[in-house]
Amino acid sequence: MTSVPQRAMRSVEFRREREATWRELEHVIAEADRGGLRGLSAEQLARLPHLYRATLSSLSVARSVSLDRALTEYLENLVGRAYFVVYGTRQAMRHQLADFFAWKLPSTVRRARWHLLVAVVVTLAGAIAAFQLTSGDMDYYYAFAGDMAQGRTPASSTAELRAGLYDGGGGSAFLTTFAAELFSHNARIGILAFALGFVAGLPTLLLLFYNGLVLGAFAALYHARGLGVDVWGWLLPHGVTELLAVLLCGAAGFLLAHGLVFPGAQPRIDSLRERGREAATIVVCAVLMLFAAGLIEGIFRQVVTSIAVRYAVATLTAAWWIYYFGFVGRRRDALERELRREAGEGVP
Amino acid sequence: MNPDALARRRTAAAARVREIVTPEGIPIRFELAGAGDRAGAFLLDMLFQILAIAALLLCLTMATGLRDGSFLTPIVILVAFLVLNFYFAFFEIRGQGATPGKRRLGIRVIDARGGQLENGAVLARNLVRELEVWMPLRFLLGGKVVGAGAPGWALLLAGAWTFVFLLMPLFNKDRLRIGDLIAGTRVVMQPKVLLAPDLVDERAEQAAARAGQGGYEFTEQQLGFYGIYELQVLEGLLRQNAGTTGYLQAIAAVTEKIQHKIGYEGPIADSERFLRDFYAAQRAHLEQRMLFGQRREDKHAR
Repeated sequence: MTSVPQRAMRSVEFRREREATWRELEHVIAEADRGGLRGLSAEQLARLPHLYRATLSSLSVARSVSLDRALTEYLENLVGRAYFVVYGTRQAMRHQLADFFAWKLPSTVRRARWHLLVAVVVTLAGAIAAFQLTSGDMDYYYAFAGDMAQGRTPASSTAELRAGLYDGGGGSAFLTTFAAELFSHNARIGILAFALGFVAGLPTLLLLFYNGLVLGAFAALYHARGLGVDVWGWLLPHGVTELLAVLLCGAAGFLLAHGLVFPGAQPRIDSLRERGREAATIVVCAVLMLFAAGLIEGIFRQVVTSIAVRYAVATLTAAWWIYYFGFVGRRRDALERELRREAGEGVP
Repeated sequence: MNPDALARRRTAAAARVREIVTPEGIPIRFELAGAGDRAGAFLLDMLFQILAIAALLLCLTMATGLRDGSFLTPIVILVAFLVLNFYFAFFEIRGQGATPGKRRLGIRVIDARGGQLENGAVLARNLVRELEVWMPLRFLLGGKVVGAGAPGWALLLAGAWTFVFLLMPLFNKDRLRIGDLIAGTRVVMQPKVLLAPDLVDERAEQAAARAGQGGYEFTEQQLGFYGIYELQVLEGLLRQNAGTTGYLQAIAAVTEKIQHKIGYEGPIADSERFLRDFYAAQRAHLEQRMLFGQRREDKHAR
């Protein structure tokens, strides 16, 4: 008959020895949760990795010596929280943003260039089809652009149509409201075009094609009245940015669909995860572009009625986007490729 | 409880636990958040968004003195768009994976592989809400997913289609939203757990205070009945709020059961102390065995 030894149990000793470290880590983590790493003092910051490793090793020991459930649960939780503070912390927001715009964004768009091409082709197909059909028979206009007409239909006189291109109509308050609504509407459709990539991209395809139809029918109406040059002058200053944004959203949808349907050598879930993140990056860019387009549409176009200036602005924006997506961050691209090659991951 | 039921309960609990191996090579465990918590957090966040937009509206109307505020409309539209579409992304990026609603319910978003939560991932998982939440919602409110005048069956099909995305978490074992699937993220429970005092240590202090009175003692054989599972159930009981009648009744019932099972003979004057002593002895015994590599999971194991 042996009775339980009176000396303290191993697990109790263990806890007594190490508890102070855990408490300190808990305190540091709580502060980091509240104010981020910047809320920590230099001393706390220096001690954090040590505290984290010590507690992690405590967890490992606790699992093998202690049956005190409250203790192991506490340690699991503490280590989990600390893990994300130690390994999950990122650069300051300012650096992140700079990094995002100067490299990540244009680079991601460049990698999606084939998806973008598909989006362009689908939209063009819609536009050309609608242009041909509507030029032949104006009744098609109602079928293609019925919702978006806003009073500009084949029934309007040429003079009315021309006036529409050079005068926004209504007061400026109405206009900005209209531009804001248009922006949030377009942006929502853009986000949807991306999300629908999850259904193998077919709805995205339809959305783009439909968008092309509206555009083609619209152009056909004005061309038929000899207002071809004027309508593009009206459309392109903001249209370059807006159309590109819509195409980018479509490309993002296709990227997602690509990840889902053709994972290649990767497991499907990894492929989806990688392409999903890239696609989301592109969509955020597109939303910003739509906002810029809304500003041009709501303010600039109402003020400037000179065709030459309108075309100049359109050309400038087009040049800017070509430069931005084509060339910004290329050096960093090369650098990253080099790094990856060194890491032996191979180049995609 | 029979061995099968016990095992089932344990696998059910384990099915919700995901492990991440740290760079130091030690696995840490995370429990996936339940559907209820996630829905609750979502509703809270929606409430905050609505309140924010309403507050903005109120401020703007007050500021302009209820005069013609037509130039405010575009501002409101823009802000509403930003809030409704980027609220989640903003807070998950700023707040280490937790929006205010998630924080209140003790859940957070993590990268499924334990890497850092990338901005791209946060944006991806939240932009998809357009498909998961807003499309079904618009369908319910306006039914404008298919054209006006569409036949009933088309409406029905469209409805079913929109809701597939919303109900997606019910169809996979990780309870993944489409957003989580696309972004490679998981939502896990991470409430703040406080360190409760060690029952054995506490008992030792109490014993010291009562110096002189011996505690209850148990033989090796009497400690051979129960395993880790039973020990931790007992721990759970002893950590409950003391003093309530329910607690006292449970203590009495459990004492009787244990006394009967292990064949403890002798008077038990203080049931709670008996249980605390038994807990300490049993834990010491099981921990001792564990040091020799014998981990006894429950009373059915050898």
